[in-house]
Amino acid sequence: MKIEKEQDVIPFRNRVKEYAVKIGMSLVNQTKLITAASELVRNMLKYAGGGTALIEVVSDNRNSGIRLLFEDRGPGIKDVDLAMKDGYSTGKSLGLGLPGARRLVNEFDIKSKPGEGTIVSILKWKNG
Amino acid sequence: MKQDISRLLQKKKKQLLEDWMNFQLKDAGLREDLMSNEELRTQSDELLDSLLKSLTSTNITDPQSADFEGVNEILAGISISRARQGYSPRETGTFIFSLKDAVLKTLQAELKDDPLALVDATLNMNKLMDSFGITTFETFIKGREEVILRQTDEIAEISTPVIRVWDGILALPIIGTLDSARTQIVMESLLEEIVESGSTIAILDISGVPAVDSLVAQHIIKTVAATRLMGAECIISGIRPEIAQTVVHLGIDLSNIVTKASLASALKYAFTMLKLEVKKSQREKAI
Ligand SMILES: Nc1ncnc2c1ncn2[C@@H]1O[C@H](COP(=O)(O)OP(=O)(O)OP(=O)(O)O)[C@@H](O)[C@H]1O
Ligand SMILES: [Mg+2]
Repeated sequence: MKIEKEQDVIPFRNRVKEYAVKIGMSLVNQTKLITAASELVRNMLKYAGGGTALIEVVSDNRNSGIRLLFEDRGPGIKDVDLAMKDGYSTGKSLGLGLPGARRLVNEFDIKSKPGEGTIVSILKWKNG
Repeated sequence: MKQDISRLLQKKKKQLLEDWMNFQLKDAGLREDLMSNEELRTQSDELLDSLLKSLTSTNITDPQSADFEGVNEILAGISISRARQGYSPRETGTFIFSLKDAVLKTLQAELKDDPLALVDATLNMNKLMDSFGITTFETFIKGREEVILRQTDEIAEISTPVIRVWDGILALPIIGTLDSARTQIVMESLLEEIVESGSTIAILDISGVPAVDSLVAQHIIKTVAATRLMGAECIISGIRPEIAQTVVHLGIDLSNIVTKASLASALKYAFTMLKLEVKKSQREKAI
């Protein structure tokens, strides 16, 4: 899904929710996933002027879950370790988006190159 | 002998327009309430004119050709205005698809002695008209999306009621997502109502908010801070269990804010603050 403006956030979240409901994810996990997704989408909009978001259902033999991929061609992040710290923000905000999102999901992966863009991938299992 | 379809159609323009109008008028879904027949004829004439002028024997096989920009523009204008006027997709689609019917009818009559040319021409015109059909629907949907966006704004305005639940107590139930624009509206109407009613307690109920991310949390914190500046206390109620867990994991600190699980417990808390007591009344004994 293309994320270009504020108005794209809610349809995207609803789509994530649809998938989460479809695989039978618990309500708490749904809310955690949607909140993390919300953070990452908003970062894309705020710092990179938009990007794309991909929803994918994954499953191994025991568990199923949802993977989300956020990709933008914005300015990138110079110091990823610093950006992942609680309270670090260049946008006069709480600075909880990235570290908070990491705490809300099972797997969190961020790659960023200054001048090229940022890719964040998260995974939330249905249970646990 | 190769037939020049574009010239053939140009020669038959008058007939084409008549056929097309007839097909449109015959359709049961015609919206005479939304557009007069004259208006429809003007629109049809304009489109047909532009189509016949741009159609050549080379671009007839190339629906993406830039030559058709004019046609597509007229079509887009028509379908966007129809979307705004409340036409259904079928009513809008009928416009272009009945032109296709008229064109195919003409081809059939003119080329009945040359089956090969007829097949060829039919295929090409079909493809071309389908491409116009797609333009029609793309712009129709865009038009509808604009309508929806406008309505969203309107809903945001009307869906932030401030309720005086008690003397000195305001309640503000929030349903839906709290984005920046919405927060602005909420805050304004809340602060205004505090001044007007002289209330000292405001309850912000977020049980209808689907998720609290850092942006929403920040909006809540700001609203609470603004209410305090006005000399009133702000209580947040309606924090569902899953929201509470998420907020904690996100790392948002709401410990400086009075929060309650339900509107009822927030109200109870407010009563205590105002030193009010709610009692079951003793029934007067019947004489
Ligand atoms: N997609 C991105 N492109 C470029 N920079 C980014 C991107 N996402 C995050 N950043 C940088 O990382 C910093 C930390 O992001 P984080 O989401 O943790 O905090 P925030 O967005 O500033 O505040 P909050 O999310 O709490 O409102 C941002 O201030 C920004 O400088
Ligand atoms: Mg952020």
